[in-house]
Amino acid sequence: MPSLKTLAHNAETDVRFTGGHSLCRGCGAPTVVRTVLNSIPTPVVVVNATGCLEVATTRYPTTAWGVPWLHLAFENAAAAASGLETAYRALRKRGAIPDEPLTFVVFGGDGGTYDIGLQALSGALERGHRFLYVCYDNEGYMNTGIQRSGATPFAAATTTSPSGRRDYGKHQTRKDITAIAIAHHIPYVAQAAISHWQDLSDKAVRASQQQGPAFLNVLSGCALGWGHPPADTIEVVRLAVETRYWPLYEVVQGHYWLNHRPERPLPLEEWLSRQDRFKHLFASENREHLTELQALVDAEWTQVEARAVVDAPWFEARPEMRGGRV
Amino acid sequence: MLEAPALSLLTGGEAVAVAVRQIDPDVFPVYPITPQTPIIQSFAQMVADGQARTEIINVESEHSAMSAAAAAALAGARTLTATSSQGLALMVEVVYIAASLRAPVVMAVGNRALSGPINIHADHSDAMLARDTGWVQLFAENAQEAYDLMLLAPRLAEHPEVRLPVMVGLDGFTITHSAEPVALLGDAKVQAWVGEYRHPYPLLDTANPVTVGPFAMPDSYFELRYQLQEALERVPGVLEALCRGYARLSGREYAAFESYRLEDAERALVVMGSAAGTAKEAIDRLREQGEKVGLLKLRLFRPFPAQALREALAHVPHVAVLDRALSLGSFPPLYAEVCAALYGSPTRLQSYAGGLGGREIYTEDLMRLFGELAELPAGPTRYVGLRR
Repeated sequence: MPSLKTLAHNAETDVRFTGGHSLCRGCGAPTVVRTVLNSIPTPVVVVNATGCLEVATTRYPTTAWGVPWLHLAFENAAAAASGLETAYRALRKRGAIPDEPLTFVVFGGDGGTYDIGLQALSGALERGHRFLYVCYDNEGYMNTGIQRSGATPFAAATTTSPSGRRDYGKHQTRKDITAIAIAHHIPYVAQAAISHWQDLSDKAVRASQQQGPAFLNVLSGCALGWGHPPADTIEVVRLAVETRYWPLYEVVQGHYWLNHRPERPLPLEEWLSRQDRFKHLFASENREHLTELQALVDAEWTQVEARAVVDAPWFEARPEMRGGRV
Repeated sequence: MLEAPALSLLTGGEAVAVAVRQIDPDVFPVYPITPQTPIIQSFAQMVADGQARTEIINVESEHSAMSAAAAAALAGARTLTATSSQGLALMVEVVYIAASLRAPVVMAVGNRALSGPINIHADHSDAMLARDTGWVQLFAENAQEAYDLMLLAPRLAEHPEVRLPVMVGLDGFTITHSAEPVALLGDAKVQAWVGEYRHPYPLLDTANPVTVGPFAMPDSYFELRYQLQEALERVPGVLEALCRGYARLSGREYAAFESYRLEDAERALVVMGSAAGTAKEAIDRLREQGEKVGLLKLRLFRPFPAQALREALAHVPHVAVLDRALSLGSFPPLYAEVCAALYGSPTRLQSYAGGLGGREIYTEDLMRLFGELAELPAGPTRYVGLRR
C-alpha cells in the first residue's frame, strides 16, 4: 500500500501529471489522476476520453501530461486502449519493443463511461484487454455546461433536468455502472472516492496488477456543477461516503469487499444540503423526493453490504486479495 | 529477371486476405460486415493456421475497429483493417481522426451501398462518405488490382512524406466474392517490399512521452488541417515512385489512373472500380466498328489527380463520367471532381450515374452511352439502368 510519502516522492521524481492546466478550482479530476498515476509502479500510457480533463490539460501546443497520452474521441477511449494494449502485446511478441511491464490507464468522465462510451467499454472488458479503466465520476456532463447524464442521481437539478415551479430535477435513478462492470466478470472492479486517497491509491495499485481488465469508478467532484464553494470539494465527496450514498467497495473475481462502513452513518441531507443541485429538495413540496432518494441510497447500501457479508469467508481465506478498511 | 507468375484462383476478398497475410501486420482490429467478411474470415483462418503472427482484435463495432486501429498504429504497430458500407459510416468520425493524427492505417473497403434502404451490394456511396477525411482513397478494378493496391498501400501510408491512412476499395460481390486468376508475389518478396514499420514518435515509447490528440483552438486548428492538405498533395509523387518500384518487383504497372485506348479517342468514359472491365469490353466492341472511344479508369480518387487527369483528357472532345454514387441534390461526386479538374477546357462533359445498390451495368448500357454522348445537348445527370 503506497504511503503518502511514496506518492509525494513519485509525484516529484516522475512527473506524470503537472499543474498549469485550466481545470476549474475545486475540480476533483486532477486528484483522481495524480493519485492513480502516482500509485502505479510501472510506466504508464494514458488514454483520455473527450471531456473536461482532456480539454483542460492539452490545449495545443501545451500539455500537462508527462506520460504518453492519447485522445481520439468521446465514446471510444476503451477501444483506443484495446488498440494500444494489443499493439504492446504484438510488438513484444515480435521482440520489437523491450520486454518490460507497462500499464494502460483510461480516464473517462461519467458521460464518456456510463453513456456514450458504454459500448466500447463493454467490448474492451469482454475481450479481456489488460488495462485499467478509471471513471472520474462527477455525475453529469460538466464540460458542456452541467447536463444530466446516466450518472446524475435521482432528483438532482442540471441544465437539462432543471428543477422548477413544476419539476424536481432528474426523474430517473442513477445507472449502476459499477454493477455493469461487475457483470462482465472481469478480475477487479471497485468504487472509490477522492476523499479517501489511501483507499483510491491502494485500489489503483491492485487494479493495475490484474492480468485482465480492471474498472475503477471514482466519485470525483464538480464545484461548479454541484454548486458548492471550490474549497469544499473533498469534504462534500467525503459526505457522500459518510452518508452511505457512495459505498467504497471492491469486487475481486466476483467477490464483494466493503472498504468502509461508517460507524454512525450521516443522514443523506448532510450531503444534499451542501449542494445547490439538491437545494429544491428542501422545499416542502419536494420532501417526498428527498425521502425517495434516501430510500434508493439505503437499498443500494443494503445490497452491497449483504453481498460483502456473504463473501467475507472467501476473503478470510485470501486476505491478500482484498484492500483494507478505511 | 521476372519469373512468369503462377496464377491462383481467388476471390477479391481472398486475394486481399493473402496480401494481409504476406504483409503480416502487427494488429488487425475488425468487425464483420458483408461484403467485407470474406477478407477477415480468410485471414482469421490463416492466423489460426500459424501463417501470420498478427493480433486480430474482434471488436464490438466498426467505430471501435477504427479507434483501436488508429491507437495501435500510433503505438508503433503496423495496423490494417477492413470494412464496408454501414461499417464505414459508423466509423467515419474516427476515420477523420485517424487521418488528423497521421495514423498510417491501411483499410480494405468492400464497397457497398449505404442504407437506406439497406442493401448489401456494390456501389461507391460508402467511400464517398469518407472522401473529405484526409485518407488516401484507391479503387481496384478486379481482384488482381485489389491485391496489388493492398501491397502498395502500407508503403504509401507509412512513407515519411505522407504518413496518412489509405483506403483500398474493391466493389462488393463483383470483386470481393468473384473468383479470378490472380498473380501473387512470394511471401519473402512481399516482406522485403513492405519492410519494417517505424513510427517516429510511438506512444509505447515511455521514455519519450508524447501527447497525441490534443485540443486545438482557433489559433492552431487551421494550420493543423492545412498540414493534412499538404501531405495529401505529396501523395501523387510518392505513389508514382512506389509504382515504379512495384513494377520492378511484380512486372505490373500501376499509376493514379489507367488510360485505355484513349490516345486517339473522340469520346471517353471516366469510371472507377469494376465497371472499368465492362467499359473496356464496350470500347473493344465499338473500336471494332471503327468508333474512336476510350477509357480513363481512375484508381486514385483522393487526393484527386486533377492536373494529370486534365492533361490525359485534353484532346478528347466528349467525356462522360459514370458515378456509382449520388450526391443527392447535386451532381454526383466523381463528375463534380472531373468538372473542376477540366474547368475552362473545351472538352464537353456529361454526367451519368448507375450501378447503385448492385444494379448491373451491362456492356450494352455503356455502348449506348458512347453512342449518344456526342449528340447530347448539355444537360443534367443521366441515369444508366434506372426504371422510370
